[in-house]
Amino acid sequence: MRIGVVTFPGSLDDRDAGRAVRVAGGEAVALWHGDADLHGVDAVVLPGGFSYGDYLRCGAIARFAPVMQPLVDAARGGLPVLGICNGFQTLCESHLLPGALIRNDHRKFVCRDQRLRVESTATAWTSGYEQGQEIVVPLKNGEGGFVADQRTLDELEAEGRVVVRYLDDNPNGSYRDIAGITNARGNVVGLMPHPEHAVESLTGPTTDGLGFFTSVLEGLIRA
Amino acid sequence: MIDTVELAAKTPDQPQPWGELGLKEDEYQRILDILGRRPTNAELAMYSVMWSEHCSYKSSKVHLRQFGEKAPPTDALLVGMGENAGVVDVGNGYAVTFKVESHNHPSYVEPYQGAATGVGGIVRDILAMGARPVAVMDSLRFGSLDAADTHRVLPGVVAGVGGYGNCLGLPNIGGEVVFDPSYAANPLVNALCVGVMKHEDIHLANASGVGNKIVLFGARTGGDGIGGASILASESFDDSKPSKRPAVQVGDPFMEKVLIECCLELFAARVVEGIQDLGAAGISCATSELASNGDGGMHVELEKVLLRDPSLTPGEILMSESQERMMGVVAPDNLDAFLTITAKWDVETAVIGEVTGTGRLVIDWHGETIVDVDPRTVAHDGPVYSRPFERPAWQDELQAAVPTRLPRPSTGDELRATLLRLLASPNVASKSWVTDQYDRYVLGNTVLAQPEDAGVLRIDEESGLGVAIATDGNGRYAKLDPYTGAQLALAEAYRNVATTGARPLAVTDCLNFGSPEDPAVMWQFAEAVRGLADACQVLGTPVTGGNVSLYNQTGETAILPTPVVGVLGVLDDVARRTPQGFRTPGHVIYLLGETRDEFGGSEWAWAEHAHLGGLPPSVDLDAERELAEILVNASRDGLVDAAHDVSDGGLAVALTESVLRYGVGARVWVPDGIDPFVFLFSESQARAVVAVPRSEEVRFTDMCSARHFAHQRIGVVDDGGMLDAQGLFTVPVDELRTAHESTLASAVEA
Repeated sequence: MRIGVVTFPGSLDDRDAGRAVRVAGGEAVALWHGDADLHGVDAVVLPGGFSYGDYLRCGAIARFAPVMQPLVDAARGGLPVLGICNGFQTLCESHLLPGALIRNDHRKFVCRDQRLRVESTATAWTSGYEQGQEIVVPLKNGEGGFVADQRTLDELEAEGRVVVRYLDDNPNGSYRDIAGITNARGNVVGLMPHPEHAVESLTGPTTDGLGFFTSVLEGLIRA
Repeated sequence: MIDTVELAAKTPDQPQPWGELGLKEDEYQRILDILGRRPTNAELAMYSVMWSEHCSYKSSKVHLRQFGEKAPPTDALLVGMGENAGVVDVGNGYAVTFKVESHNHPSYVEPYQGAATGVGGIVRDILAMGARPVAVMDSLRFGSLDAADTHRVLPGVVAGVGGYGNCLGLPNIGGEVVFDPSYAANPLVNALCVGVMKHEDIHLANASGVGNKIVLFGARTGGDGIGGASILASESFDDSKPSKRPAVQVGDPFMEKVLIECCLELFAARVVEGIQDLGAAGISCATSELASNGDGGMHVELEKVLLRDPSLTPGEILMSESQERMMGVVAPDNLDAFLTITAKWDVETAVIGEVTGTGRLVIDWHGETIVDVDPRTVAHDGPVYSRPFERPAWQDELQAAVPTRLPRPSTGDELRATLLRLLASPNVASKSWVTDQYDRYVLGNTVLAQPEDAGVLRIDEESGLGVAIATDGNGRYAKLDPYTGAQLALAEAYRNVATTGARPLAVTDCLNFGSPEDPAVMWQFAEAVRGLADACQVLGTPVTGGNVSLYNQTGETAILPTPVVGVLGVLDDVARRTPQGFRTPGHVIYLLGETRDEFGGSEWAWAEHAHLGGLPPSVDLDAERELAEILVNASRDGLVDAAHDVSDGGLAVALTESVLRYGVGARVWVPDGIDPFVFLFSESQARAVVAVPRSEEVRFTDMCSARHFAHQRIGVVDDGGMLDAQGLFTVPVDELRTAHESTLASAVEA
C-alpha cells in the first residue's frame, strides 16, 4: 500500500512520517506541495512542521498549495488522510475538520511524552486500537490549543468524533482535553500529538504510535 | 557621492570614522600602509569588521596555535581548524562535522533574536561544510536566578533557541544551563550544531577556477546586524555608549530551513565548487575569505546584491549581517542547473561576480571601483597581538581561601536537608522548564537527549552507527585555576560521552572570557588554552574548531573565565548505548573512581555558603581515560544497565538523578573509612555510578580489577520509591522530585 507524505516548504516531520509508514509495512511516497495530483496513493499524511513559516496563521498558506486541491477532493471522496500537528492545522484551515488550533494557553512551546486515551476506534487511522486504550506519544507544539464553539464541541462528542484525548495535565489548553478529531466519515483525522515519533523503541518513548499507521494499512488491505 | 578608489587616491587627507567602526589608530595606519593610500569608505568598513576581535582572533591567535602544535596524532580528522567547522571520520564512509559558537553580546541586548540567530549562524557553518545539520545543543549561562534581569534574558534566550531550532526541524539534544552573578549583564549563549555527510560530500570555502560565478542566495540583504562583529561582539558593555540594538541580527528560521534543503539538493547535484555561509561581517567576510582561500582573485558587482532596503550604502551592504544567506562558487556550465534548484525552493539568487586571475578582490558599485584589495590582507593577515598577561595578585588569596573551614553537615538529618537544598539550587535543579521548550524528537534519530549525560543520535539506520555529544564547562573551577578548569571542562564532557558508551573522538570549544586588554583576563585565557591543549594531547582528542568570545565584561567586572568544551564520540551501534537512569530493581550500584575531600569551587560550597575559594578538584587524565574505556567496553558488552557521571553536587546528586529518571528507588551505603559528607557531596573527578545486572557482576568487577581501577559496590536498585542512604536518611522519590523540579518554573514564572 502506498501512503503519500506531503512536503511543504517548512515541513519538518515529513521524513519521520515516511519512516513510520515504512516501519508499519507500507510504502512511503513523497508528495511535493506543488504537485497537481496525488500520484495514485492510497492514503496521505500531512506531516508536522512550520509550513511556509506558519506566517499569517498555522496552516493558512499551506491550504492554498497546489497539492491541496486534489487532496481535499479525494478526502471528501473517502481517501484516508492523517494530519499531524501542522497537518492538523492545515486540515482545519481547509475545512476538512472543524475548529481551530490556537497558541498554547501558557504561551510556550511544549515538548513532552504525552499520555492519551483513544476515544474512537471508528476511524481509518485508529481501527487497530482498543476503545479507551491509553497510549504515550510525543507532543510538541506552540499552537496546539484546540478550540471550537460549544455546538461543534457537543456535536463532536455526540457523534463520537473525538479520536484521542489528553490525560494528566492538559498540555496546551485544548477545549475538553481534545487531542485529535475526525470528520463524520472517519477517513480524515487530525492529531496534535506525534505518533510518527513513537514507532521504534530506540528513538521513541514507546511504540504506541505505530497503531495509527498499521490501522490504515490494514484497512486498505481489507478494502 | 560614492567614495571610489580613484577618489581615495586623490583625497588622502579626508578624515575617516575609523574609531567609530572599532579600529585602533595603529590599525588604521596599517591599512594606509597596506593600500598605499587611504581606504575608501567601503574598504574601511570591510577592514573594520574583518579585523575585529570577533572575526580576526587578533588577541587569541598566538595562544590558539597550541591546539595545532599539540594536536594528538589521529586518523579521525578529515578537516581540521580553519574551515567553517572541523570534520571527523566516524566510519562506514560517514563524516561528522560539529562546532560550538558564541552569540553572547547580541543575546544580552536582544535575547530572543540574539539567541535565535546564534542557532542560525552555527547551523549555516555546518551546512557550508556540505553536511546535513542533524541536531543542536546549547550551553547557556545567566546571572543569578533571582535577579530581575535574568527574568528578561532567560525566557527570551530560551524562546529564541527554541523558536529558531524548533522551526528549523533540528532536535535539541542537550547542553547546559548555569547561573552565576558574574553573567548578569553578560549572559553566555553558546550554540552547537552537528551535521552528517559522506566523505565525498565535504565542501570547502574557496573560490577557485577563473570564470567561475559568485552567487549570493537566500534572504535579501537588509540593514540588520551592521557592526555586529565589530562594535557589538568586540567591545565591553558600557553605559555611556548608545544602544547597540540595531547591531543585532533578526532571524527567519523558515528561510533557513528552505535554504538547508536547497543547499543539500545543490550539493547532491554537484553544482557547487565552493561555498561559504554569511555570518559575522557578511559579504565582507564571505568574499575576502573565499577569494583568499582560492587560487585567484574575485570581481564583484555589488549593485547586483538583492536588497531588502534600497537605501543601503555600499559600506552597509558589505557589513550587513542579515541572516540566512549563502555564497556559492559555481562553474558557468552548472549555473543553469544551480538556478533551477534555487528556483524550485523559491530561494532568491543573484550572480554578483566571478573568480578572476588577478589575485585582487575588486568590488564595483555601478561601474565604479570602491574596493581593490589583496583579499589576504582583509581575511588572514590582520593584526596579531601578543597582549600582556599576568597572573593577578588576587589569585593567591583566592586559592588560599580553602573551603575546609566551612561548617559541614554530619548527622543524617543534616545530610538529608543538605541534599534537598542542593537539588533545589539553581545550578543543580532540573532544567526541564528550559528543555521542554525544545523539540528533541524531530528527524526521528534521537536516541538520548537531555537530561542524559550526552545527546546520542543515530546517523545510519542500517548499521546503527551513531554519535554522542556533550558540552561542559565550570567557570568557578576555571576562576580558581584556569589551567585546571579548562582541563576539567574537557574531562567532564569526555566522561559524559563515555558514560553513554561512545568512544570520544574530537573536541570543539567556545572560550568565553572578559576583556583581553586586562592582563589578568589574558592570563586566564592563556592558561585555559594551555590547559585544554595539554589535556587534548593526553586524551587523544584533537580540537577541530570552535570560537573565542572576549569582552564579556561590564566595566571592570569580567565574567568567570568560562571555557565550554564539546566532545564528540562514536557508537558503532546506538542500540548498545547506556542511559543514565536506574531502571531495574535488583541491579547493583557501583561507584567507579576515587573520592577525596575536594570542595573547592564545589556546588555545595557555593549553594550552601556562597563560597568560592581554594583549588578545584584535581585532574587525573589517565584515570579519565581508563574510566572511559571501562564505560565504553561495559556498554558494548552489556555489563551495565545505567551509567551516570559524578560531577556538580557529587555522588548524592548523581544518585538522585539516576533514581528520578525512571522513578525507581535505591538503597546505598557509605563504605567504611570515609566521611559520609565527603562521600556524598565531594566533586572528585574521574568518577561515575553504574547499575550492574547481578548476572554480569563478576565480569564487570573483573574488568575493573584487571585495569586496577577503583570500584566500590555501594548499593542496590529497588522499587521502594525511596532513596535510602542506609543508617543516615531516607527520602521518598516524590520529595526528591519536588525539590529538583520546582526551582526554575517557580522563579521564572513568578
